Amino acid sequence: MHWSLIIYAGIITFITRFSMIFLLKKDILNDKAKKILSFVPAAIFPAIIFPPIFLDDAGSVDLENNPKILAAIFAIIVGYFSKNIIATIFAGLILYWFLIFVYYQ
Amino acid sequence: MNNRLKALTKGIIDVSPLMIPVFPFGIIYGVIGMDLGIGPYMTLGLSIIIFGGASQIVLLQLFSGGASSLVILSSVAAVNARHVLYGAVLSEHLSGLKLSWKIILSYVMTDQAFAVSNDYFKKNSKDKNQHYHLLGSGFTCWTIWQISTILGIVLGSVVPEELGLSFTISLTFLALLISDFRKFKNIIVMLISGIVATIGYNIIPFKAYIIIAALSALFVAALLTLADSEKK
Repeated sequence: MHWSLIIYAGIITFITRFSMIFLLKKDILNDKAKKILSFVPAAIFPAIIFPPIFLDDAGSVDLENNPKILAAIFAIIVGYFSKNIIATIFAGLILYWFLIFVYYQ
Repeated sequence: MNNRLKALTKGIIDVSPLMIPVFPFGIIYGVIGMDLGIGPYMTLGLSIIIFGGASQIVLLQLFSGGASSLVILSSVAAVNARHVLYGAVLSEHLSGLKLSWKIILSYVMTDQAFAVSNDYFKKNSKDKNQHYHLLGSGFTCWTIWQISTILGIVLGSVVPEELGLSFTISLTFLALLISDFRKFKNIIVMLISGIVATIGYNIIPFKAYIIIAALSALFVAALLTLADSEKK
């Protein structure tokens, strides 16, 4: 990796934070635009989450004997009921470890 | 205690509980950086220069997958697009400040700092020194993020690869979405994003699957929002 890539990424990130604070005098985004922007995490994060869970090293969909799918489902259930970020991560990780180190051995 | 110090301290106190999940997230990030072999300086450099956890991990993931700079940078922009919303909401309260203040506060504006300081601004809109609250909350996030990154870098050189810690990337992002699990429209948007990315992973060139999936899902989100407002 080159430092220039990191610096460009830093500048882009800064612009997303700075642009509106710099440009706007008042809050001018209308409610619809805000509503749509509020979907940004839901629109992006699954694109990061899904492929490493469902695809194997060769890049084909792997639905059988896939401990990541079970662990992710368990994490979703724990997240849904606990609403706790850390509990969600650790629930998924512990089931994943159990499956790869104990169950599938 | 004068007003500035009071607002600053309040900012630090208000944001502190939200630092509990940030700390392990920073450690995971540091471990992943070392795992992917970019070394301690660049791993920490990303945390200081970008200072946005989700986008840092996306950058690492795409880089290790061999994506081009253009795809990496546009994906970073997409992940951080939510900051535009935060800026628009906060601009009302910060418009009177000097440029130097706007630059500093923009640099430290994170999800957590935005959440608590926006709340404070709404309740204390007449206070001239309210921006010190965002300074306090923002720099608390910053400090925690750098410390946890360094801890992750240290741990990353000793954690064995067999633990499958790269799976924690998926889990971490999944955990950031827990407040969306109860909203039907958000579930549809999440499924579209995930399915398009999974199918597109091999089909879409240049590793642009994150951007394409996000834009498709956002397009559906826009349709759902507009359809909803027509009903009223």
